[in-house]
Amino acid sequence: MSTFPLLEVDGLERRFDVSAPWLNRVIERRPKQILKAVDGVSFSIPRGETLALVGESGCGKSTIAKLVVGLYPPSGGTITFRGDERRVQMIFQDPFASLNPRWRVGRIVAEPIRTLEPGRPDAEVEARVAELLATVGLNAGDGTKYPHEFSGGQRQRISIARALAGEPEFLVCDEPTSALDVSVQAQILNLMKRLQRQFELTYLFISHDLSVVRHMADTIAVMYLGRIVEIAPTAELFAHPRHPYTRLLLETIPDLEAPKRDRTPMAGEVPSPIDPPEGCAFHPRCPLAFDRCKTERPELAGEPDRHRTACFAALPVASAASCVAPARAQSRST
Amino acid sequence: MAEPVLDIRNLSVAFPTRHGVLTAVDDISLEIAAGEILGVVGESGAGKSMTGMAVLGLLEPPGRIAAGEIRLEGERIDQLGEAGMQKVRGRRIGAIFQDPLTSLHPLFSVGDQLVETIRFHLKLGRDAARARALDLLREVGIPAAESRIDHYPHQFSGGMRQRVVIALALSADPDLIIADEPTTALDVSIQAQITALLKRLCREHGTAVMLVTHDMGVIAETADRVAVMYAGRLAEVGPVAEVVRQPRHPYTKGLMGSIPSLRREVEELVQIDGSMPRLNAIPRGCAFNPRCGHAGPRCRKERPSLAHGRVACWLEQGGVQP
Repeated sequence: MSTFPLLEVDGLERRFDVSAPWLNRVIERRPKQILKAVDGVSFSIPRGETLALVGESGCGKSTIAKLVVGLYPPSGGTITFRGDERRVQMIFQDPFASLNPRWRVGRIVAEPIRTLEPGRPDAEVEARVAELLATVGLNAGDGTKYPHEFSGGQRQRISIARALAGEPEFLVCDEPTSALDVSVQAQILNLMKRLQRQFELTYLFISHDLSVVRHMADTIAVMYLGRIVEIAPTAELFAHPRHPYTRLLLETIPDLEAPKRDRTPMAGEVPSPIDPPEGCAFHPRCPLAFDRCKTERPELAGEPDRHRTACFAALPVASAASCVAPARAQSRST
Repeated sequence: MAEPVLDIRNLSVAFPTRHGVLTAVDDISLEIAAGEILGVVGESGAGKSMTGMAVLGLLEPPGRIAAGEIRLEGERIDQLGEAGMQKVRGRRIGAIFQDPLTSLHPLFSVGDQLVETIRFHLKLGRDAARARALDLLREVGIPAAESRIDHYPHQFSGGMRQRVVIALALSADPDLIIADEPTTALDVSIQAQITALLKRLCREHGTAVMLVTHDMGVIAETADRVAVMYAGRLAEVGPVAEVVRQPRHPYTKGLMGSIPSLRREVEELVQIDGSMPRLNAIPRGCAFNPRCGHAGPRCRKERPSLAHGRVACWLEQGGVQP
């Protein structure tokens, strides 16, 4: 019935050793310190779809991006990619840092072609580069310029052209528009959606911005301290958020359609991932936390492939819809 | 009507360069009343930070105020010079910048920094100043302020550091606060805490606030009125709910449409093609005319003013035909 997803990530873990130097540890009798940046994450992305990872700084979303493209080896778990591994590309957040300032744009865009197909004649590569620049809305003549001659949005177009040069089937986009102004962001998001339709691309889209994610993603996974706390199809997640963290996040974002409202912001801050709280990592900030949350860690549960939540207090499916409104009222009055 | 706390009249900021004079802020007029938050919004290079810096007297040379005047409670401050501005800055105008880590001195405890600022401006004794520093830290919501007061900036999280910066800005009870992208470096949940804090403090102290940001969401949430800037000029000024719900300038309309909605699914975002002109290539007439779908001959010749109404657009003022 269903074909296998293009990417399957199962129980993915990545630990970083952040201990003090060996001598200090011996003298000051300090134990090793391990940071669990990604702590047992599982998801899958069907071909042609977009999965978004969303969360605040330090939740592990960018680490997952680097694990998926192979920039870091995983400490545990598996990543299964059912496609040509050479056809995975990445778009980075900062278009100022991700383009070599001493290379002309044409050479930057041609690099994946020259790496993957070393024998291809120069004339063909040049024609392909001109075509790619046109695809992302730049002039063919821009190939002879250097990156500093372009604005942030144009540079991100160059990054996209370079990613497309490898004829990818899978693109990992790590905050591709976070460094851009909103009107330029709209241009890039529209371009990325058009390219996805045109080339049947599959995206892993990483962002901290829920409104961008809503626009781009088919499925959203909300992360907190290295774990997915809720995963659901986009419309479902926005209509019936179940995890208290997701609800508080949605409650916190400024809403342009309800300007000038007064509300009580979520108290507290994301704890340090070096020393996360016992049990559910969110329990110290959670309005619904009870004793079990402090000792036991909830696993993702719910309908597989639909809506899953890692929370003991999240409500069962039937009443989930009706709980949203009172929960909002409650968080406003506290 | 009561006199505004800040009154900017026809302000222009210019940067003389080898290739000619660049006008970063071009003939803008704004006022902010006591207890009011005015949001100044625009994209990179629109001149919003430059406006704030001009009020603070912190323009980097060769930048200078080329025309216009800035009045604080009726008194001109744009001609005070460095010595005069030192008495105004910190005492009567507080400043909050984007990056709390660079706004604080890393080698002094936050208490020492607060005490120094308070004593410089208010002529209090050491003990009285420390007591005031403690009160300020409590007021901006630093938990366990008694022990935190002796900590150094690196021992605070980003959100807590920004609270300390706000306490510093408030230390001499200023009439006006210039907050330049105060929440941009922070996560959304922390951002909401800081905007709520700014709003509460502004209300309780009757402080006027100029909130400079690129984030329309933060403006919608915090400001009473909003001024939209484009290429150094004001495009539109008005109450926040009106500008956000019924933008009238084509640029503001495009800007609002380009923000993905949290409520609705849209297949394609509104796209303003092209980008903001560089300061050395601002087109004649309305600065937005090459990107505007409604531009007529008049827009390419004459610059629309904001004088009549709240929108600098010929569509609103007698049409785009000459």
